[in-house]
Amino acid sequence: MSTAPASPPAPAPPAARLEVLSPSREAWRVFRRNRAAMLGLVLLGSVVVLMALGPLLWPVAPFEIVGRPFTPPFEDATLPLGSDYLGRDILAGMVLGGRATLAVGLAAAAITVTIGLAVGALAGFFGGWIDEALSRFTEIFQVMPSLLFAMVLMTLFDPSLTTAIVAIGMVTWTSTARLARAEFMRLRKLEYVSAARALGAGHLRLMLREILPNAAPPLIVSATLIIGVAILFEAGLSFLGLSDPNVMSWGLMIGSNRKYMLDAWWAVTFPGLAIFLTVLGVSLVGDGLNDALNPKMHLR
Amino acid sequence: MSIATVVAKRIAYAAGLIFAVLTINFVLIHAAPGDPAMVIAGEMGGADKATLDQIRRTYGLDRPILEQYATYVGRALRGDLGTSYLYNQPVTGLILQRLPATVLLVLTALLAAIAVGTMIGVWASRRPHSIGSGAVTVLSLVGYSMPTFWTGILLVILFGKVIPIMPIAGMRDVRVYGGWFVTTLDVLHHLVLPAFTLAIVYMAQYSRLSRASMLEVLGSDYIRTARAKGLAERFVVWKHALRNALMPVVTIAGLQFGNLISGAVLVETVFSWPGLGTLAYDSILGRDYPTLLGVLFFSSGLVIVANLLTDLAYRWIDPRLRTR
Repeated sequence: MSTAPASPPAPAPPAARLEVLSPSREAWRVFRRNRAAMLGLVLLGSVVVLMALGPLLWPVAPFEIVGRPFTPPFEDATLPLGSDYLGRDILAGMVLGGRATLAVGLAAAAITVTIGLAVGALAGFFGGWIDEALSRFTEIFQVMPSLLFAMVLMTLFDPSLTTAIVAIGMVTWTSTARLARAEFMRLRKLEYVSAARALGAGHLRLMLREILPNAAPPLIVSATLIIGVAILFEAGLSFLGLSDPNVMSWGLMIGSNRKYMLDAWWAVTFPGLAIFLTVLGVSLVGDGLNDALNPKMHLR
Repeated sequence: MSIATVVAKRIAYAAGLIFAVLTINFVLIHAAPGDPAMVIAGEMGGADKATLDQIRRTYGLDRPILEQYATYVGRALRGDLGTSYLYNQPVTGLILQRLPATVLLVLTALLAAIAVGTMIGVWASRRPHSIGSGAVTVLSLVGYSMPTFWTGILLVILFGKVIPIMPIAGMRDVRVYGGWFVTTLDVLHHLVLPAFTLAIVYMAQYSRLSRASMLEVLGSDYIRTARAKGLAERFVVWKHALRNALMPVVTIAGLQFGNLISGAVLVETVFSWPGLGTLAYDSILGRDYPTLLGVLFFSSGLVIVANLLTDLAYRWIDPRLRTR
């Protein structure tokens, strides 16, 4: 992985050696050479394209009863992936069901990162009693099993996509907060921060302009992985029947067909495969980003 | 600080956390839209005028909010978490009946994940550039990305239809009679699939984690010294290196105890395992809020106790931490 800058290959023109890549270009160069990470990117790209175009290419209403119940896959050309216990088209659910999953996953991850970053940054930057108070607050959320907590929120409030987003965001932010706290605590003691402070920079400027850019790499990796976590949460909640019953999602498909899993394996297997491949894509990209953004990781 | 003071401090701290979780439960009941009496009664059945008035009186819902809070906490600390209108019995008793099944499932999965995960990690760290070692890294991502409930369903289909050698639902077979030995075997037989399903995700993470920390430890000076002394490689790896490499795994395992319970909720639902998870699921279907909140409270308590034990175990393993 480590290309020694001291020994340029002989035929390369000297001008090429002088070219300095920006950190993001350098990271992209490392990322691109990582086959697993590129596979993840392709997986994610395919899912997004399928979500965008799928319903146009296969315009069947996923809640509509369109055929004989329990039609096995690959037998009927009008039901390529078969039908479920009510006779609903599995393929129609597959191409539309990812929209809610992805949307909730992304929005919930955004909330998670916002809360986690705010709590962690304040605790790490100020230390002292602020750190003490915020760390205790984080710990309360950490001891409540997150899925159960989200289940309670979904049951007490109305089961809409918005509630799902807020619930998932509320229960998954603690790991981001811990990470952000550690990074801010480490960086605030460095000399360049003291120098900026001596030049008259205020707290907000120090946090956002000086520390945050240097704390970004591990936070970007964690934010990527949290998208995967949020998708799994959304899938789990809708599997348990705790999401909007009028919005088709992969988890809902598995949950509603669970009783018939021994008779209609396809109705539970295909949607699960879609969730798995999406999360795998996110994990592979996150793993690749970790390698690309962290130059110290060379022992791999 | 003496070790007794440290332990006392940690216990007081755990008690504070339990108090905080109770407070959040109370806030949730009152923040939910609608009448708290309705929430306590559940929306289906039993919510006639007389029952609601009864609930208002017992919970003092016509009193000022702070007084209600004091009543709530006082009751909870005496072990009274309300009555389940679905099962028609006290929530605490209901939960205590289900608790052993969940504890059995979670602990089995955790120990299996640590044992197998570490073994795979150590094996992979011995040959860091081999294909097998690379496969561990990729496979751990695969294991991490599989939705737990889906893995469970695939195993149910596999063992329920293709090779029916494992029970796929419940904890006991009513057709099996016998003494404690037969019963234990029967429960263990039922435990295999749920515990394995729950363990996969953590096995994947721990193998990756222990691989990375073994690689780091194996490069350190004291390992070179041990090797230079002429110790057998087996001894260096499993005794000297593993001991230090295990620390991150123990830390993460302690932190993840809550996630493990979350996973158990899904696994129990798939395999009809009669624990807290199925209780929570059934109480959602039946709009039985006192039971649902009771499960949240008890499982949080379980996490707090687990964290306390990990913390103390950690100090016991690493003498440097003992008096901190």
